[in-house]
Order: sequence, then structure tokens, then C-alpha cells
Amino acid sequence: MYTTEMSKNPTRQGPSAAEPPELLEAFEARVANDEFIEPKDWMPEAYRKTLIRQISQHAHSEIVGMLPEGNWITRAPSLRRKAVLLAKVQDEGGHGLYLYSAAETLGTSRDEMLDALHSGKAKYSTIFNYPTLTWADIGAIGWLVDGAAIMNQVPLQRTSYGPYARAMVRVCKEESFHQRQGFEIMMRLAAGTPEQKAMAQDALNRWWWPSIMMFGPPDENSPNTAQSVRWRIKRETNDELRQKFVDVTVPQAESIGLTVPDKDLKWNEARGQYDYGAIDWEEFWAVVKGEGPVAKERVKARTEAWEKGAWVREAALAHAAKQAARRQKEAV
Amino acid sequence: MANEKKNEWPLWEVFIRAKHGLSHRHAGSVHAPDADIALRHARDTYTRRMEGVSIWVIRSSDIAASDPADAGPIFEPAESKVYRHPTFYVVPDHIKHI
Repeated sequence: MYTTEMSKNPTRQGPSAAEPPELLEAFEARVANDEFIEPKDWMPEAYRKTLIRQISQHAHSEIVGMLPEGNWITRAPSLRRKAVLLAKVQDEGGHGLYLYSAAETLGTSRDEMLDALHSGKAKYSTIFNYPTLTWADIGAIGWLVDGAAIMNQVPLQRTSYGPYARAMVRVCKEESFHQRQGFEIMMRLAAGTPEQKAMAQDALNRWWWPSIMMFGPPDENSPNTAQSVRWRIKRETNDELRQKFVDVTVPQAESIGLTVPDKDLKWNEARGQYDYGAIDWEEFWAVVKGEGPVAKERVKARTEAWEKGAWVREAALAHAAKQAARRQKEAV
Repeated sequence: MANEKKNEWPLWEVFIRAKHGLSHRHAGSVHAPDADIALRHARDTYTRRMEGVSIWVIRSSDIAASDPADAGPIFEPAESKVYRHPTFYVVPDHIKHI
């Protein structure tokens, strides 16, 4: 799963006065030459800040993303589906951990990032503020949400910051199973009883628009895109990725007899791409601001899990300290 | 250690041997209070798909690293020593197995 730029205000562009122009120039040249930047390399402060924000939002999205799916683990319709869903949710946790580690190489700490999430200061992908009402939602999430994630993450494997790119390589390897298991759920439901097919269609109706909003605001309204593309933090714009996603997903829906809920959707012969209807960006910004149907529930669940686990973290540290002291004593 | 006041678990670097015959390679990092738990977290985080047959973990703070800003002076001496490579030496075409 993934996140994209969710800040409405541009970050400060251009070099700060304190940054030596020769270092800045060398940095820009390396990035333009598609070289990777590594943790201890010199980098502009704005680059560092943008990355910390983007990678930590991405990590939070993975972690919060475990909640809507975890919701269905105990109610999966078969043992096979349950084992698959467990493995998928565990992967999302793993993805969050790869990403937190990558962000930490930029000088932020795990605790700072978690504090930002729990206090509601940090953003995560808006998609997880929608509820998972039926089993078909688990299919729709894997197929559409992970599908959109793959579209976004594949180019990020070549993002300019080395640790982020390497985390993305690992994530992309694992993500393809997520999308296929989701599509399989939808395919089975669509070929099932009329009630099952209706359930699949209902899930597609509810998840389609939030999924294509996952690519973020349109390019002309995405203040940080130009800078991020220049620094190779982003490799393709929001609208380019959204178009790609629509183009591959519409035929998949048709092939299993489901209808994409967009009356303006039609193949544009001249462009060789689909035209799609207007997106309700008011809804998007409302959800970004935490007004999604289950936004409060999500943050509450995370905060509770963190607080209830505090005694375990403390006990493990105390145990480690005691063991270390004992070893030291024996060594003397 | 960062955030001592909040008792953040220390950071460990994880190295994985993908299969016998290959050396351990850096995979990423985990937080853990001690080596045993670091190994367990490394297993759960980095080997969910049989990516390894052996794991090393080491406290990140115990790693000494060269400074990228010094890469020039550190690695430049090797740059001028082309005679350390076999292609530096000219051998006539009819000489075989060399």
C-alpha cells in the first residue's frame, strides 16, 4: 500500500542561505544523473524534509492499512482465505517497518514518527479512513488499493534516495501477491450467486473513487510535484499514474462482469486511453483532514495498541539491561 | 542513543545469507532491546519468503563507517594504479591461456 503527497501547501522551495552553492550544485548534478543519494551524503534540507515527510506518511499508511483488513481475519470465509489474509496483513506490517527504518536514516526517530501518527499530526493515505463493510471489500482493497499502490511504487524503486528505493524494491516484490489475491476474491464473487455478485459490485462502487484519489490531487493542484520530480523523489506525476491505473483496471473489471461506477468513463480512440469522470476533490481534502468515516477509530486503535504494549517494551528493556549487567559481572 | 527519555529500543542492522555459498548482505534494520529479540524481529521482518538461511544482527551504533565526504582521498590512490588490472598488460594474440 502507499501514500502520496498530501500537503496542500508547497514546502519552501529553493536553497536556504546557509547551504553552500557548490554543494547544492554537485547534489543537483548527481540527482540529474540518476545517481543514488545515501544517508551520510550531503543533501539540501528541503530534500531531507520532503523525504522524511513522504517516507513516514508512506510507513504510517502501511501500518494503519493493517486495520481495515485485520477487521476481517476472524471472519474470512475459509481457512485458505484466512491464511492468505493473515500473510497479507503481516506483509503490510513489514512494509511499514522497512519504511520507518528508511526514514530513520534521514535523522528522524521511530518515536518521533509514532508520536506524530498518534497525536494526529501525521497524515496517512486517505483510503484507510473508509470502512470495510463486507467480505468483498477485502477483495476490492487487494485488487484496487494494492493495484494503485503498485502503480505508484514501481517507479519509486528508482527514487533518488537509496534506502527508500531499496525498501520499495522489497515492497514491490511482495505486493503483487496482494493484488492477485484481491482480484481472485472479486472474480469468485462475481462468478457466484446473484447476491455474491451484487456484493462484489457494491464493493467496487464504494472503492473505485477513493482508489483513484489515492494518486493524490491533480498535477496543477499538487504544489510539491515539480520539485519532487526534479529531485527524482517522484518519477511520474499523480495524473500520469492515475491514468495508467484506470487504463489497466477497467478491462479487468469488464472481464469479470463488473461495472466501473463512472458514467463518463469511455475509451478515447485518439488518445489511446480512457477518459474518466470528474473526481470529487472536496471529499478527498475532507478525508485528508481526518473527516473520513472511520478516521478517529483508526487513530484510536493505533494509539491503544501502542499504549497497551508499553509494559512489554519496558519489560524487554529491563530484561536486556539485567542480562547485560550479569554478563559484565561474570566477565570481571 | 536517540530518544533515551522515551526508552526507544536501540537500532540493529540486519545481514542475511541468502543461501550457503554466499556472504551475508545488508537487508535493513530493526529495533530490539537485545540480540535475541533483534534476531527474531529480523526473521519476521526480512525472511517471510525464505530469503535466508542465516542472519547476523549488530547494534547500529557499533558500526564504524567511512565518511562519504572523504571518498575522494580514501579511494583516489586506487584510481591511478591501473597496473593492478590484467588488461594493463599487452600480450600478443597468439599467446594462449594467459
